[in-house]
Amino acid sequence: MDLSAINPVLLIASLMVAATPLLLAALGELVVEKAGVLNLGVEGMMIVGAITGFAITVESGSPFLGFVASAIGGALLSLLFVVLTQFAQANQVASGLALTLFGLGLSALMGQSYVGVKPPSTPKLDIPVLSDLPVVGPILFGHDMVLYFGIALTAAVWALLKYSRVGLILRAVGENHDAAHALGYKVVRIRILAILFGGACAGLGGAYISLVRVPQWTEGMTAGVGWIALALVVFASWKPWRALLGAYLFGGVTVVQLNLQAAGVAIPVEYLAMSPYLITIIVLVILSADKSGAPAALGRNFHASR
Amino acid sequence: MIRLEKRPQPSRVWSLITPVFAVLATMVFGGILFAMLGKNPVEAIQTIFYDPLFGEFAFYYRPQLLVKGAPLVLIAIGLSLGFRAGIWNIGAEGQYIMGAICGAAVGLAFYPLEAAYIFPLMILAGALGGWIWAMIPAFLKVRFGTNEILVSLMLVYVAEQMLASVSLGLLKNPQGFGFPGSRNLQQYDSAHNAELITGTGMHWGVVAAFVAVIFAYVLLNRHMLGFHIRLTGEAPRAAKFAGVHPARLILFCLGISGALAGLAGLFEVSGPSGVVSIDFNVGYGFTAIIVAFLGRLHPVGILLAGGLMALTYIGGEIAQSRLGLPSAAIQVFQGMLLFFLLALDLLTNFRIAIRKRGVA
Repeated sequence: MDLSAINPVLLIASLMVAATPLLLAALGELVVEKAGVLNLGVEGMMIVGAITGFAITVESGSPFLGFVASAIGGALLSLLFVVLTQFAQANQVASGLALTLFGLGLSALMGQSYVGVKPPSTPKLDIPVLSDLPVVGPILFGHDMVLYFGIALTAAVWALLKYSRVGLILRAVGENHDAAHALGYKVVRIRILAILFGGACAGLGGAYISLVRVPQWTEGMTAGVGWIALALVVFASWKPWRALLGAYLFGGVTVVQLNLQAAGVAIPVEYLAMSPYLITIIVLVILSADKSGAPAALGRNFHASR
Repeated sequence: MIRLEKRPQPSRVWSLITPVFAVLATMVFGGILFAMLGKNPVEAIQTIFYDPLFGEFAFYYRPQLLVKGAPLVLIAIGLSLGFRAGIWNIGAEGQYIMGAICGAAVGLAFYPLEAAYIFPLMILAGALGGWIWAMIPAFLKVRFGTNEILVSLMLVYVAEQMLASVSLGLLKNPQGFGFPGSRNLQQYDSAHNAELITGTGMHWGVVAAFVAVIFAYVLLNRHMLGFHIRLTGEAPRAAKFAGVHPARLILFCLGISGALAGLAGLFEVSGPSGVVSIDFNVGYGFTAIIVAFLGRLHPVGILLAGGLMALTYIGGEIAQSRLGLPSAAIQVFQGMLLFFLLALDLLTNFRIAIRKRGVA
């Protein structure tokens, strides 16, 4: 065992990378849930985003196009959820599960010819002096654009929900869809947009795993990150900045656990690998007492009777 | 202008017809998918749905129907009870794994002793393993109000790691030349879940599946507890007034589904699979969710749906070897089925009315 092999600076830098897919997916789901919709298909949208982004990046050679495509892919899959819950009035829990099961199959099908392919690497930020600074450089100025986009998106979602008129309407729809409908807001239309946004974010998060974090394509590679993102929304009690904090916490657990595996700690690999899931459960238990942040109409379908 | 009008009561006729329509729609769209993959759609659909039953080698595939259908039905029956009451156990895959591990561990502990009581003990251990794994989300839900969907799902990943751990360590075959995986229970008579009648595929797991169907039917139609489950799902407020104890219902529904999933795991590991290995689980726990919905959460429906789903597994394997259809295509196919089912459910709960605009 050699714990000194773990470099704290690199640890923090890789923690931020590990947290980004979680953060992106959780932010998307946060907006969806704020609109009163519970989409359990995050895992499915992430994995479809992961393969879409991967395939387009490999084919076009441009990670940027890949990320854009992944967002579109995730949004397209979430469109199925829209059809089921907003038009066919299907149960949201069941529809979300369907989305995940379908997405896992679809991604495996799409990704068959991409197993073992190495994608072009995503360019990292390289500011002459700043990126070369000893500690601050790799942590603050040495990442790819998507990571910064995640942080920016956190701020944007926070500001939008808190200060803008759009955010207010979104929250109204999520708290009481009947009242919002009576005020003349298009409940279904707003929810559709929120779901599509959630799908795009989940897709981006998935592509971040297959293009930056791993970077490779393997079947089922998201391995529950989508589900942890769902737990993260509860952890964050539907607040964007707390989602960021939570994502870094979970990212930290994952990275520390991987580093311990590499350092050869006496704990068996399997027990280290299950730790992120166990910690998710523990955190859920601690926080489940407080449900004050949950949108009141969460998970309930809206059907205008008049 | 087309409008949806909510039916005062779900239509019974439509609720029976929609699964059939969903299957047909899936065949059509599945066919399109297969055509896009460059396969002849008619041939593919025929290979999946017709050949295993009536084709040239049907004598070999028909028993497989029972072998693959039994775990699906067993798990889906348990899940359906919870789903009816709005209790979402989606971690059946994990409970299935834990049942297999616990059951196999008991059997292997007795090795090489031959005795009649070993297999019953394994069954008990299998059910107990699944039950305990499901009691974790149940207890957390009752005690702390934790979301059972997320907890039960997280435990699937934990169970998979446990499986990897025991097949490389605790349960590894000491005479296996260092290869991962346990001793083969098929070669250990007292622990082997053998076919009851040779060549039929009928093993104890199939018997258990049939018993579970009957048990669930009686419970839902003739028993107070079954009535409470249905009431909680259909009218939660009325259930409260009727004196339904929600905590007890959660513990019961999650517990029974966990135990049944554990049993399914045990019968699989001691029979068709034989060994505890890293890739022991093949997703029955998740496919069973589709089976439960396709069967409309009704015991008899689940029995039929389990058979159909088993058919797609077997037919999928045939199509894989004969037509080169990728295995993931079958997964997509199964996912599609759930989609159409949920979408067409609209017709059960709503009436489509065509009305002229402006006339009130």
